[in-house]
Amino acid sequence: MTMEFVINMSLFVFLGLTAFAILKLRALFAVVMLSSVFSLVSAGLFVLLDAVDVAFTEAAVGAGISTVLLLVTLSLTARREKAPHRAHAIPLAVVFLTGLALVYGTLDMPHFGDPNAPAQTHVAPKYINDTEREVGMPNIVTAVLASYRGFDTLGEVTVIFTAGIAVLLLLGASIREPDGVRIQTMDHHLVLRVVTKVLIGPILLFALYVQFHGDYGPGGGFQAGVIFAAAFIIYALVFGLENARRAVPGQAVRILLACGVLLYGGVGLISFLFGENYLNYSVLGATQVAGQHLGVLLVEFGVGLTVSAVMVSTFYAFAGQNPPISDEDW
Amino acid sequence: MDGAEIHGLFNYWMVIILMMIGFYTVVSRGNLVKKIVGLNIFQVSVFLLYISIGKVSGGTAPILTGEPEVFSNPLPHVLILTAIVVGVATTALGLALVVRIQNAYGTVEEDEIQELDDEMEFGTGESKEDGP
Repeated sequence: MTMEFVINMSLFVFLGLTAFAILKLRALFAVVMLSSVFSLVSAGLFVLLDAVDVAFTEAAVGAGISTVLLLVTLSLTARREKAPHRAHAIPLAVVFLTGLALVYGTLDMPHFGDPNAPAQTHVAPKYINDTEREVGMPNIVTAVLASYRGFDTLGEVTVIFTAGIAVLLLLGASIREPDGVRIQTMDHHLVLRVVTKVLIGPILLFALYVQFHGDYGPGGGFQAGVIFAAAFIIYALVFGLENARRAVPGQAVRILLACGVLLYGGVGLISFLFGENYLNYSVLGATQVAGQHLGVLLVEFGVGLTVSAVMVSTFYAFAGQNPPISDEDW
Repeated sequence: MDGAEIHGLFNYWMVIILMMIGFYTVVSRGNLVKKIVGLNIFQVSVFLLYISIGKVSGGTAPILTGEPEVFSNPLPHVLILTAIVVGVATTALGLALVVRIQNAYGTVEEDEIQELDDEMEFGTGESKEDGP
């Protein structure tokens, strides 16, 4: 039993305990906090399993943005879950049987870490061996994400875009600026105010680093977009929605929302015009590698734009609802 | 079943346990916010399944350093990375629906919503137990 396996096991046990606590607790504030913990621990597990890019994303998204969205929803609904008064037998039986069937399915699976497993022998060696020659960037994950499987990623960005539009449709895009709506802020907390002001600059700078350094290390448009949005959200949380809207108007965010997807699709069209396949960036530069670099840079920037715009406008839509979070209630 | 098998399948079984806790939260709890948190647990366990499949023993993160190394499979990483961000966007959509349900019904408990629906359809107090 290696050290790695022990860490792996204990992280999984932590996750199990957290999930069980989430199931049992009825105070929803604690549930949301535990779900944030759950995400953070799973990010640790992703690092252990060599998925550094994934860990990065999970930490930024799960522990950051989704926690904020859940908290805003709690402030608009209820803080406690009502006691369930229904039979537990059927759900328990269904879950138990499903679990048993899945465990039966794992018995035929290749063992964990097996280098000869089918998943490791088909397309993965091509990506690992050819990335340096064909795309010329050290981070294979970015190369696969933006170049080899650029079509997939365009689809994913479109899904995010669509989900963002749907949230705006459901909650209203808050075109009507809040009139007479008393939005409470936390700017009477001196510590919060000072710490936020100190943090926002470095967070934005870090987001830009993650955005443009994604070719070389863990990072890229998805992570950068979320981190960038986090900086605005923390500003809105502490200094109030109105101030945040004054700094970054909702209208501007909604335009950026579409610009990112357009940029991504547009890069594909340009390679079309050069007589190549859609989203084949090789023709964009003097050499194949230069073209790929430029293409990936533009595409990742489009991803970052759309992701951060979706996150910010989603937050605006949620936080613009009545009643606002009142400080005393927490 | 020997030690090697338990060692080799441990991750998958833990993933299944997490997945089932999430699943049970979704089907047995009435509060819609709690259901969404349960769905998130389910989602993260699927992510862990994919990443576990991509792990190669003795491998390292798939970032080229110029030295010959064993890399873990980058493909699951790509799929899951985008899935996480799509996941938060769809979670936001779910929460937006919850907020709208709260505005329309004044509650986010499934049982109470069902009661209100029944009342609206069948009038107060009647045939609540039988259902349609």
